[in-house]
Amino acid sequence: MATNELYSLILAILTAGAPGVVGSFALMKKMSLAGDVVAHLALPGLGAALLWKINPLVGAAATLLLGTLLIWQLEKRSSLQTDTSIGVIFTAALAVGALLTPKEELIEALFGGFAKLSLFGFSLGVLGVFAIVATTLALRNRLILNIFSPELAKSAGVSVHLTNLIYLLVFALTILLGLQFLGAILVGALIIVPAAIGRELAKTFPQFLTISAIAGALSVVLGYAISQIYGLDLGPVVVAVSAALFGITLFRKKS
Amino acid sequence: MPLLEVENLNVHLGTNHILRDVNFSISRGESLAIIGPNGAGKTILLKVLLELVPYSGKALWEKGIKVGYVPQKIEADRQIPLTVWNLLDAKAKTIGSERKEVRDVAKSVGIAEHTLRTELRHISGGQFQRVLIAFALLGKPDIILFDEPTASIDEQGEEQVYEVIHRLQDELNIAVIVVSHDLSFVYRHATSVLCLNKHGLCFGRPDQVLTPEKLTELYSAPFGYYHHIHENNHGH
Repeated sequence: MATNELYSLILAILTAGAPGVVGSFALMKKMSLAGDVVAHLALPGLGAALLWKINPLVGAAATLLLGTLLIWQLEKRSSLQTDTSIGVIFTAALAVGALLTPKEELIEALFGGFAKLSLFGFSLGVLGVFAIVATTLALRNRLILNIFSPELAKSAGVSVHLTNLIYLLVFALTILLGLQFLGAILVGALIIVPAAIGRELAKTFPQFLTISAIAGALSVVLGYAISQIYGLDLGPVVVAVSAALFGITLFRKKS
Repeated sequence: MPLLEVENLNVHLGTNHILRDVNFSISRGESLAIIGPNGAGKTILLKVLLELVPYSGKALWEKGIKVGYVPQKIEADRQIPLTVWNLLDAKAKTIGSERKEVRDVAKSVGIAEHTLRTELRHISGGQFQRVLIAFALLGKPDIILFDEPTASIDEQGEEQVYEVIHRLQDELNIAVIVVSHDLSFVYRHATSVLCLNKHGLCFGRPDQVLTPEKLTELYSAPFGYYHHIHENNHGH
């Protein structure tokens, strides 16, 4: 295996562990599907960047940030229309993204690919993963209070909106990192599925976070092995594997 | 100086005048009951005191006062995968309390050791209410606001919750404001009572201000109601 391929694999595994932690909170906040929504927001940026021949991740980061701030504002106002507005924003982003992205790159943008990484790209990615996990863990008590009851959180001196904003930014960064491996359509799965596995198996909160992270990383390891053996695309295999793991936890619980 | 002084308090939400000219005060160790029919603005009043809702007029806390809050059971999400300990510990860590304080408050409201390790969704309504009270007690508040602490608890649990509240006053000298439908609680435990129906109808010692006439006035349709509807219809 070439060095840069090894870099990619290590980063993919780390990147898959981080959404487990982030996704656990998303599941509790009942915003599991937001991963899909946010990921689609990356698409117009991705397309524009490819058109202008700049790094696609820079473009994706720009529209992700914009979308995140938009969702934060909607969440803050918490009007009845939030669901609808997010739905409009995300389908619009998908349409604009599909128009902008060059045809030959569209499939990769939507379903991901296994990019060979430079040492610089690798270092940046690892740094990102650690930033995500460290921030989420540092924020975890405030997030728990926020999710349990925003009013109680406020009565404990938690700044509800600021906590939400930081969480959403971490969430967007997670999506950005996963985007290169899984693409805009599948990256949301890494937010939802490992956390769902954690939810099924965990009894306490620390267990929940740990199992979710391990489930994400395990999906990538198994997915990578299977995709190598059978010559399949990495992204869809990883998601299929994580869904299968979830199926097994359901089965185990009943037996 | 009282712990809290409220004068000419008004709350507007959109075009609705939710609370008008409410006046009351509470001092250390006192117990104030807020009674009134549904929709009288009792919960909103608590939220004003917690500075969660904008208002005009005066709602002045003594400097450096710490306020605990026990919301109505229904407003908290119990389906999330947390044990009782996880929840209390999250607040303790957020406000910088020690672990020992979590055990102390749990003990003081009668939460058993094994209940601490139980998931929130697996404990009874009465137990959950104690958890919320323990949550409010963390950080050693001077006053705790209770929003219908016995709603959706069976009668036996109800009595126990009132017992806990009463003990907080007696043993820890914590002032309490309790929104309650239960007049027997008001007569037995409250040092003062505020009758609320959009505006304050009475305020004072329960045995002095809770006359049958006042109660009838409080729980019957407000005087302005007909006129209000009439005005609205007129507008269409």
